[in-house]
Amino acid sequence: MGEREGGCCPPMDLMRSEPMQLVQLIIPIESAHLAVSYLGDLGLIQFKDGYDFRGFGFMIWHKQTWAVDEDPCPSNRDQCLAVFSQLNAEKSPFQRTYAIQIKRSGEMARKLRFFRDQMSKAGVVAQVRSPGEAIANLDDLEVKLGDLEAELVEINANGEKLQRSYNELAEYKLVLLKAGEFFSSALSNAEARQREYSSNQGGEESLEIPLLSEQETTDSSKQVRLGFITGLVPREKSMAFERILFRATRGNVYLKQVAVDEPVVDPVSGDKVEKNVFAVFFSGERAKNKILKICEAFGANRYSFSEDVSKQSQLITEVSGRISELKTTIDAGLVHRGNLLQTIGEQFEQWNVLVRKEKAIYHTLNMLSMDVTKKCLVAEGWSPIFATKQIQDALHQATRDCNSQVEAIFQVLHTREMPPTYFRTNKFTTAFQEIVDAYGVAKYQEANPGVFTIVTFPFLFAVMFGDWGHGICLLLATLFFIVREKKLSSQHDITQLTVLDDCLNIRLYKSVIYKNCEASTIGLIKGRDTYPFGVDPAWHGSRSELPFLNSLKMKMSILLGVAQMNLGIILSYFNALFFKNSINTWFQFVPQMIFLNSLFGYLSLLIIVKWCTGSQADLYHVMIYMFLSPTDDLGENQLFPGQKTLQMVLLLLALVSVPWMLLPKPFLLKMQHERHQGEAYAPLPGTEESLQSAANHNDGHGNGHEEFEFSEVFVHQLIHTIEFVLGAVSNTASYLRLWALSLAHSELSVVFYEKVLLLAWGYNNIFILIIGIIIFICATVGVLLVMETLSAFLHALRLHWVEFQNKFYEGDGYKFYPFSFFVLDTEEE
Amino acid sequence: MYGFEAMTFNIHGGYLEAIVRGYRSGLLTAADYNNLCQCETLDDIKMHLSATEYGTYLQNEPSPLHTTTIVEKCTLKLVDEYKHMLTQATEPLSTFLEYITYGHMIDNVVLIVTGTLHERDVQELLEKCHPLGMFDSIATLAVAQNMRELYRLVLVDTPLAPYFSECITSEDLDDMNIEIMRNTLYKAYLEDFYRFCQKLGGATAELMSDLLAFEADRRAVNITINSIGTELTREDRRKLYSNFGLLYPYGHEELAICEDIDQVRGAMEKYPPYQSIFSKLSYGESQMLDKAFYEEEVKRLCLSFEQQFHYAVFFAYMRLREQEIRNLMWISECVAQNQKSRVHDSVVFIF
Repeated sequence: MGEREGGCCPPMDLMRSEPMQLVQLIIPIESAHLAVSYLGDLGLIQFKDGYDFRGFGFMIWHKQTWAVDEDPCPSNRDQCLAVFSQLNAEKSPFQRTYAIQIKRSGEMARKLRFFRDQMSKAGVVAQVRSPGEAIANLDDLEVKLGDLEAELVEINANGEKLQRSYNELAEYKLVLLKAGEFFSSALSNAEARQREYSSNQGGEESLEIPLLSEQETTDSSKQVRLGFITGLVPREKSMAFERILFRATRGNVYLKQVAVDEPVVDPVSGDKVEKNVFAVFFSGERAKNKILKICEAFGANRYSFSEDVSKQSQLITEVSGRISELKTTIDAGLVHRGNLLQTIGEQFEQWNVLVRKEKAIYHTLNMLSMDVTKKCLVAEGWSPIFATKQIQDALHQATRDCNSQVEAIFQVLHTREMPPTYFRTNKFTTAFQEIVDAYGVAKYQEANPGVFTIVTFPFLFAVMFGDWGHGICLLLATLFFIVREKKLSSQHDITQLTVLDDCLNIRLYKSVIYKNCEASTIGLIKGRDTYPFGVDPAWHGSRSELPFLNSLKMKMSILLGVAQMNLGIILSYFNALFFKNSINTWFQFVPQMIFLNSLFGYLSLLIIVKWCTGSQADLYHVMIYMFLSPTDDLGENQLFPGQKTLQMVLLLLALVSVPWMLLPKPFLLKMQHERHQGEAYAPLPGTEESLQSAANHNDGHGNGHEEFEFSEVFVHQLIHTIEFVLGAVSNTASYLRLWALSLAHSELSVVFYEKVLLLAWGYNNIFILIIGIIIFICATVGVLLVMETLSAFLHALRLHWVEFQNKFYEGDGYKFYPFSFFVLDTEEE
Repeated sequence: MYGFEAMTFNIHGGYLEAIVRGYRSGLLTAADYNNLCQCETLDDIKMHLSATEYGTYLQNEPSPLHTTTIVEKCTLKLVDEYKHMLTQATEPLSTFLEYITYGHMIDNVVLIVTGTLHERDVQELLEKCHPLGMFDSIATLAVAQNMRELYRLVLVDTPLAPYFSECITSEDLDDMNIEIMRNTLYKAYLEDFYRFCQKLGGATAELMSDLLAFEADRRAVNITINSIGTELTREDRRKLYSNFGLLYPYGHEELAICEDIDQVRGAMEKYPPYQSIFSKLSYGESQMLDKAFYEEEVKRLCLSFEQQFHYAVFFAYMRLREQEIRNLMWISECVAQNQKSRVHDSVVFIF
């Protein structure tokens, strides 16, 4: 399961992000390519774009306070906007050193895409990493790809030409057959009429016979001969075709169309189109011109046709012969093409990977800046401190493999810039880290809520979902996904979801036991005297069941909430300690702690005392009158002696802590700032590292020290204080969702159980029972398992993002994106 | 004049408005143009465009590129986006979107008819047509000999049919005729579009009447300038102006009698919105007028994005994209023909 690789992580790694350093690599130009390639294999360094930091690239700490705590949307949280102004973007992308290589690899990638297209059309599957001699050299590969493409294009062109004439012939054949039918049927019609006519004539001499008829029939050779055109027209255009023909010739046209049953391959486009065979009869040269133009406009292919039947049959045999000839030629061409694609397919993956890597390498190389002497490249980037040795090794290796005279130089730079945040996570912790990152990436080395999320998230989830019967169902479902994980891994998202689920459910199972379980739905524990876990089933069905459970769950929610919020505030203390910020400790952490605990900590205390003593005191009353009239006597609501005095003290403490939070911090910050102004000299750089770049950095980032605006700081602190004070109330109330959701879940399961299953059972009818069971299962799976899981997940997410993390989490860092081939591989597919 | 359209607009139009605003953010910026203007070859342009939204449309083009390929692919993107929006649209937005293409339809009709007149190949002409202005039987236009036939044969089936009522004559087609036909059609189209937008009401009517009035006025000026020195009479010229816009009706009277560019200028400078356009030009110059008008138009189109809940954004987006494609075409032509000194002459920055 998730813990497979758990051993690699020392326990406190997740709490603080990896310590990072800004490193400078000076790489001789001849070994640069190899060095970058090795670093890409290593995947532990994030290069900075040289053309950006050379200029006026600096970070603006964009601090945005958000006063309304009920806004759970993370997007408008404090964000660090890296603003790289492009004032001296003197080098646009295509003017950089390696632009040509990038263009070349882009071109190769295009060829590979072309191959892939062709292969998928031909149904050839690229083999995954086949053995065989690898082409490591980009130039060779380029030549080879160029040759292959030219060959393939030529084969395609030839094939297309052949195919086209083949299609034309096929159409011609159709026209011959179908139009032949017109003529023969017309002929037989005419003959029949003729016979009828002559038989009529022979039968009786009637006056009705026109006198000129004799002449008409004999003079057929002298008649105006009608011209005709035959061909094929796409079926969807046939109506419009007919209409236009009619309009253009003012109705002096006879059009006959017959639908071709199966779709015909159009010679021009090569697509399969439904077509009609048509024959147009017309008279006159002008009409002919018009019709020809219209045919052209409608993409109707015309084929010549002769009226003579013997000529027709001769043509048909001729055409059929040529068709079969062409067919064999085309087949031979296809086999040849298939073979070519097969050979391409064998090495396709390999080439693809190589080209992608090369492209990435050149993109990276382009980010490096050229040294003045043009002999070496200067790279700057972030890397975790633990990777120092590995990076140096990779550089050595590159130098050795290139037989380079000069070693690459590795040195650490000092900077005020904020390093990226990098957590080393495994499969199990990634899921929870993702939950936190979705809200905001932790500031560099800030206490990471992810660590606690691993424990608290499934716990809160379980409190809301709280039903071990359904929990087991979920566990089984996720186990199924985990077992199938390998097979499903092609679908990236599903895997992530399941991994997430898997963590959830391991915890879920444990914490379900922890919590009171509404096992009553399943009715498993009914009738037992002692109960191993959960709520005493004796409560089930009694009239006071709901009031009892509600009060229990509500109080539990408050206890959990206060505990988690306290944890958040304590984490802010750890942050202050870590960043050596004593102001935050004394003027933020301490008053916050006092405020929260004197009100809601006290409430928790009362709850526990009430539970222990079994007192009848009304806690609402106690809490409300603690504010309204603290001096009044508590009367029957007194839980322990001295309660009144304690309440007065707590109330005073809470009142005092508000100005304590608000006032001192801005003034102290102001004093600190003024003191700093006195010592305006920057400390000398300790080592003799390249002065030039250090100077650059100071230019670039020296003004990262913002102007101190007292009013702004004060307003910020004011908002922060108000947010905390109001938040203490609203957040505690917000934790009541723990109770609400679990109530909803248990009530829903009771309803489904009693109103569906038991009702169906009561009828003593097997069909009704089956229907009842089906409905019950659908409702259980659909509503209780799927929808409730989602909603519980959502609310757990909210409790973490808003109620827990706003106590301490800045979340304004940026993620560490190392240059890594591994990431490249997984990303592009 | 504002109703409560803001309350219900999103039921039908919200999704597409979001889409079109998203598309708009993909328009090239001044920084992009600066980079593009520095390109040395068409491949450089392709490489730069590959980082923009045009990337996927250009990435599979083999290397010796032509300007036409670039323009074609960029237009293809516009067409794809347009089709996407059209399929998602409901009434009356779908009609509105269709109205946008009628202008191209008119241009295509004119292109084909002129082409046939000069005995060009129909296929070649079809390739030059703007894909947005295509209709089924467009190729049949080549058959027609005069306006009446043109109408009776082909255009009666197209949405352009109603616009033809004013220009059906039995005269044979010639260049002058066709040009008059184009302008008459355009006039009818603009007036119809204007009426349609007025019917829609609300912010759409307000913004569109502004944009269309500008379009009508620009056409009026262009007609005047182009017809100076031709045999077109004043009355005929007057008839080609659309019956709305800032210049209607008194400006039209003045334009109708103009005999040279300076008189046009004199007539136009009485209208404050156009004063700034003409004040950029030196006397007697009409070359840069197009660019000045385009710049003004782009400015107005961009401003329409400042308001919400109206359809003018669709019109504006299509126009802006077309302007962008014109820019790209100009840049590519300049690069291809080694005329880099002139590259800034006709490029209108959008942002």
